[in-house]
Amino acid sequence: MSDTIHITVVDREGVNHHLEAPTDMSLNMMEVCKSYQLPVEGTCGGMALCASCHMYVLSEHHLPDKTEDEEDMLDQAFFVRENSRLGCQIKLVNELDGLCVELAKTSS
Amino acid sequence: MIQTDILIIGAGPVGLFTVFEAGLLKLKCHLIDSLGQPGGQLTEIYPKKPIYDIPGYPSVLAGDLVDRLMEQIAPFKPGFTLGERAEKLQQVDKKLFKVTTNKGTELCAPVIAIAGGLGCFEPRKPPIDNIEIFEDKGIDYIIKDPEKYRNKRVIIAGGGDSALDWTIILADIATKVTLIHRRSAFRGAIDSVEKVMSLANQGKVNLITEAQVSGLQGGDVLDAVVVEQDGNPFFQIDTDYFIPLFGLAPKLGPIGDWGLEIENNAIVVDTYDYRTNIPGIYAIGDVNTYPGKLKLILCGFHEGTLMVQSAFKYIYPDQKLSFKYTTVAGVHGFN
Repeated sequence: MSDTIHITVVDREGVNHHLEAPTDMSLNMMEVCKSYQLPVEGTCGGMALCASCHMYVLSEHHLPDKTEDEEDMLDQAFFVRENSRLGCQIKLVNELDGLCVELAKTSS
Repeated sequence: MIQTDILIIGAGPVGLFTVFEAGLLKLKCHLIDSLGQPGGQLTEIYPKKPIYDIPGYPSVLAGDLVDRLMEQIAPFKPGFTLGERAEKLQQVDKKLFKVTTNKGTELCAPVIAIAGGLGCFEPRKPPIDNIEIFEDKGIDYIIKDPEKYRNKRVIIAGGGDSALDWTIILADIATKVTLIHRRSAFRGAIDSVEKVMSLANQGKVNLITEAQVSGLQGGDVLDAVVVEQDGNPFFQIDTDYFIPLFGLAPKLGPIGDWGLEIENNAIVVDTYDYRTNIPGIYAIGDVNTYPGKLKLILCGFHEGTLMVQSAFKYIYPDQKLSFKYTTVAGVHGFN
């Protein structure tokens, strides 16, 4: 099962969800969260255009740098931190096995 | 009072194309949209992004697709009520609905097609504790009249064009303008960025970057905001107004309270004709849900097309509807 990785998602109530996700289906973190029915909206469908999949990367995994689009979009998110990312821009690859993210608060 | 055959709520691509299909059946349409211009998400979120799955167009910019749709439906002379949100639904007669907008406009039709996409676009509200308490008591999400802020202290948060533009405008009106942004780079137009920087250098704008507002202080009205800045402990800034400008995000809104069957923020429909649980009300495009639903513009076009056939039979149960190809019959607009 080398094409499956394990991910932990901490929801907004602090509950840990342990997910399994395939890495050979070009999925991103927003899509995986949605497929597990976690409360991630992904309004724009993954174009880095809505900031509704804002999450914090808690583990030490090395992710590709943010693009300018992602950085611009994070301007419309709240409580942005150093480890903030848009889930839709985190592509699932084998190297991300063990990734741990926390969902950020969304607009009320 | 506006009267039409099909009242379409939402002027996105699916709502627009439905005007065409309805027009072929001689049904008139009127559209309502909370945004000030037609096109929905395509215009508001991604006008410059290419779409690759519109049949016949290997690639088309979202904004261009909206322009083409407007051209295509022009012969059927649709009415538009833009910048208003459909608020209230009443059944005024057996086959007549009345929809009232948030600005009091009344629209009547026997059939309603909800093509509301993800909902109406509303300002993003920061998830700061107690923010609701101070709404209209120091917190504004939209600036309607800049004069309101004359000789007042104002704090603006955000890094886009509206945050920059209002900072520039209010610098001449308010006693003190503070702009707070989470990083030192701004994504707004270069001219505006330079203007704000120069106002900051002249001391006319208090620019605080790498910072975010994380708390609010006050009694009956807002007195101060709490700012969290990289490398600094929390500090407080006294103010009369706090204006968070973080763009728009869609919310299902009042439609959710109309008695329609809702599942996961979408309206449940029968795929036979995209009818909802209320006779005479249909839901098409991203706003509906059914087994196998795909949120694609392409699918919304199909849904709108089948829906108007059913709407015709609903409005005129005694009339026979014969299907004609546009290639044979042509497109005959309304006078």
